[in-house]
Amino acid sequence: MTVRAQFNQWVASGSPWVWFTAGAVSLSLVMVFGMIGLIAGNGLGHFWPARVAVIELDTAPATRLLGEIVDHESVAAARVKDSGAKVPEGATVVQRLLIKRGNRDFDEQDFVWINAPSIKHLDYPADVVAIERREWGNLYGRIRGINESGQAVSLDELPGRLQRALALREEMDRLEQHDIGEVNFLIERLRLREKIARKTGADKAPSQDFAAERAALQARYQTLADKLHALNEAIARDTLNFETITGQQRSIPMGKVMRVYAPNSLSVTEQVAHYLRKLREFITDQPREANTEGGVFPAIFGTVLLVLIMSIFVTPLGVIAAVYLREYARPGPVTSAIRIAVNNLAGVPSVVYGVFGFGFFVYLVGGSIDQMFFSDALPSPTFGTPGLLWSALTLTLLTVPVVIVATEEGLTRIPRAIREGSLALGATKAETLWRTVLPMATPAMMTGLILAVARAAGEVAPLMMVGVVKLAPALPLDGNFPYLHLDRKFMHLGFHIYDVGFQSPNVEAARPLVYSTALLLVFIIMSLNLAAIRLRNRLREKYNAAE
Amino acid sequence: MLPSSRSEILHEPVAADVAPAEPGAMHDTRPARLADEPKALRECLKVDHLSLFYGEKQALFNVNMSIPEKRVTAFIGPSGCGKSTLLRCCNRLNELIDGVRIEGAIELQGQNIYAPGTDITNLRRRVGMVFQKPNPFPKSIYENVAYGLRLQGISNRRVLDRAVEQALRAAALWDEVRDRVHESALGLSGGQQQRLVIARAIAIEPEVLLLDEPASALDPISTLKIEELIYELKANYTIVIVTHNMQQAARVSDYTAFMYLGNLVEFGETKTLFTTPRQKQTEDYITGRYG
Repeated sequence: MTVRAQFNQWVASGSPWVWFTAGAVSLSLVMVFGMIGLIAGNGLGHFWPARVAVIELDTAPATRLLGEIVDHESVAAARVKDSGAKVPEGATVVQRLLIKRGNRDFDEQDFVWINAPSIKHLDYPADVVAIERREWGNLYGRIRGINESGQAVSLDELPGRLQRALALREEMDRLEQHDIGEVNFLIERLRLREKIARKTGADKAPSQDFAAERAALQARYQTLADKLHALNEAIARDTLNFETITGQQRSIPMGKVMRVYAPNSLSVTEQVAHYLRKLREFITDQPREANTEGGVFPAIFGTVLLVLIMSIFVTPLGVIAAVYLREYARPGPVTSAIRIAVNNLAGVPSVVYGVFGFGFFVYLVGGSIDQMFFSDALPSPTFGTPGLLWSALTLTLLTVPVVIVATEEGLTRIPRAIREGSLALGATKAETLWRTVLPMATPAMMTGLILAVARAAGEVAPLMMVGVVKLAPALPLDGNFPYLHLDRKFMHLGFHIYDVGFQSPNVEAARPLVYSTALLLVFIIMSLNLAAIRLRNRLREKYNAAE
Repeated sequence: MLPSSRSEILHEPVAADVAPAEPGAMHDTRPARLADEPKALRECLKVDHLSLFYGEKQALFNVNMSIPEKRVTAFIGPSGCGKSTLLRCCNRLNELIDGVRIEGAIELQGQNIYAPGTDITNLRRRVGMVFQKPNPFPKSIYENVAYGLRLQGISNRRVLDRAVEQALRAAALWDEVRDRVHESALGLSGGQQQRLVIARAIAIEPEVLLLDEPASALDPISTLKIEELIYELKANYTIVIVTHNMQQAARVSDYTAFMYLGNLVEFGETKTLFTTPRQKQTEDYITGRYG
């Protein structure tokens, strides 16, 4: 047999197609897992306690650096030479290391590149500590002592005193955010009520009531403020004496410290514990330092809440529209045109929806609502400004075509026999629809919802116009009536990634957080989808609908 | 039930006496009547000069027939002869199809079901139907049987319980499912599903039961059970059955209508039709020469 004949036979056997198609699948898998792997590697590694190196450079004068080695790269030797640094003879490439030095408030650059050849000495002394602070990022150096109201105390008391400071801080946060927030909310409401009463021309008596109520609230506020003041004084009692590697001394208020640890002398269990604590902090805490430190909890909360509210809007709307198109509309050119229009709507760029949402929902609808119901709060707008409700509605518009298409397909797939069986028992069309057809189409509706959620959770562009912010002062859900504040602005993981990655004042510090946040976003979308898929599978089993 | 003044007593039947050499040649057919039955056989459904068009295409040509009460009437004929279409005219299910036009009338107990203002849902309660393939709803066995009753607004648990049990007993299914009436109906076998569908139909106590090839998707044992069930049900219901299977028609029916290309060729007592058909076409069909 000739080679050509063998080749032809091989082609005819169909195996090239198997290879070809399997290759496409493999490529897709490689891309997906590569992406997830890159994000996961970069994002999850960030929380591991990195060792802190003391580096001596042979520059003149000799420099000592203390910091984490966070990155390295190879550069052409010529380039390094041009910049004036020493390069070993005959070398073509030079390793460069990126050192995170921290100590941002000591007039130092907190990230520096150094050339590996100029390192004279590098080691990891066990006694250096890393101090995580509420502001200004990490400190690296040594602790020389603790002062209580100016009196030195034993260094061994550090853990206990830090605990005390953290407990006080927690109480202060609760006081500020919860209690004082509530009083402020009530005062604002009182102000509006008073304004309404004045406008409607009520008599004198209520205004006295208002005054009494205001006085009560003011008194409550004063008590809280006093309490806060007392806490502030208590937390300011202790200070840490800190020394950098170059010998600069500074005293650090204990209230500003989050955590003190010696990264070079942690055992493996301590490292794991540290890692888990940092991970938990990332998921459950508020962001700090222009979003480059702390957690992303408000963004997670905002993302999930937004998707849930959108689902509540989009499912009924899409299903009802699909029912009309499939069950009631007379098939013909008009119906076809509507169907094509709906399908095309799914392809409109999302930013266009953002513009529409801003113009229509925020200005027109929101403005009108403010005029009608919240005119007392004007000129400060209530609904006439970007917020959660408008974001949810904009995403609803964005995703409703998907739900319509999926539901319509589900309705088409219900066997005629089932409809006829119901009609033959004396059911009207509406009864057939409600009792039999729609329940059987629920898996298809869920499919639509899954696709809608997947699309909506990842949208950022339209949200930037209709409600998302870099830092929201309060969550949209809290203990003050009406509990769910649809008019509030909110944070969103997708926007958070953009903001941290590209709007941050400290790009190097923010980079790992971009990966972590991206990983979290992927994880949350996956969880939402998996939950919906499980629900759909249960429905499918129940209705045995082959889809 | 007392004979109403409008229902006529049938006797001296003559089958359609004009051979339909070509479609549409039966316009002068008189209503078919029935053979030597006891004198007091009452008419339940009367098909009166019924023609049906799917758009431009005519599917039924001036069919006249009188279906007796509490007897089994079978429609036989080759595929596409219009027997299912005729059956579905009896509960106006054909109207779901776009472009269907119907001329003539069908009278149920003397009342034209095609008269303007007829309550279709009420008609369908009186004329139950079972389809070719079992079509239980994806609900529990109980809810399937109770479906028609719930549609009528009955929600009293005790009433429903009794009605469901009665219907399942009548459909000879109760003993097999009594322990799992609240489980999904989709877990039943094909034959059980078909009996469930029959139970569902008779739970609302219709007067007529239309069976559209009820056993064609079933195995022989299930078929036998359905046939036995039909035999028992005819004590209480007027049954009209469409079947491809001539042996089945011979076994279960009292009267048989042979249809061909939308025409009613011959209608008469099953015994007579199968042994001494009047029409050449009928004879050719039942002896297997075509169809």
